Amino acid sequence: MEPQMNPLTRDLEPLTKAIDLRAYRQQVLASNIANADTPNYKARDFDFKTAMHNAMAGQQSGGLPLVTTSGGHIAGGGGAGQPGLQYRADTQSAVDGNTVDMDTERAQIADNAIQYEILTRLISDRFSGMRAALANN
Amino acid sequence: MSLFNVFQVSSSAMTAQSMRLNAVASNLANADSIVSADGQPYRAKQVVFEATPMGDAGDASRGVRVRQVVDDASPPRMVYDPKNPAADEKGYVAFPNVNVVEEMTNMISASRSYQTNVEVMNTAKTLMMHTLQIGQG
Repeated sequence: MEPQMNPLTRDLEPLTKAIDLRAYRQQVLASNIANADTPNYKARDFDFKTAMHNAMAGQQSGGLPLVTTSGGHIAGGGGAGQPGLQYRADTQSAVDGNTVDMDTERAQIADNAIQYEILTRLISDRFSGMRAALANN
Repeated sequence: MSLFNVFQVSSSAMTAQSMRLNAVASNLANADSIVSADGQPYRAKQVVFEATPMGDAGDASRGVRVRQVVDDASPPRMVYDPKNPAADEKGYVAFPNVNVVEEMTNMISASRSYQTNVEVMNTAKTLMMHTLQIGQG
């Protein structure tokens, strides 16, 4: 982490990382639903907890952090990469090799959308708080 | 922004599903066309879907495209009708290999998938609208 980070944005950091991951997940889930009738398509998703942990640690999931052996080295964490996708375990096998379970995907997309909205509210609330603190009355 | 990819992915799926519906309409309309443009009985058309990377997120967002439209390989339906001018020397008429029940289920499946993709798109739109409202409250 940078030593002089703006204290206003520091509080927002976890929320923005979480909302980025939620948006990313929404797109993965949309791909699953779009390909519900594509032969041999395998439904994919990622573990949010691990991805969030990695995002906060500033490293790509599965990636290794750079080792620093001298004070002049820059600690590279592999950047804030996208989380690694994993195949969902299929519930009912289909003849065409497709593993998209529409019920699961619909439930997950609804869940993810709510979580995303919660995050937008939380970020909004942080701004309201800052505004209240800045008000001079 | 990854939520924009949802629009691309879902719209590609909607295009693919409407092409499938188109093929169903063509098959059902020609279920009794014993002579087509090439002089042979009409052959049922089936669309083949394929997952294709879409948007700027690389592998995470995969849309759908129609790889090809294939002729159904099943044999024509032989109906004994010696009075028909198209009958062969044994009195059988070759009817199109359209399976009406299969086409009806295809139609329902295509329309359901289309609807689901519209919903996914609407969800993404709601999320983006709420993102725009951050800090306004």
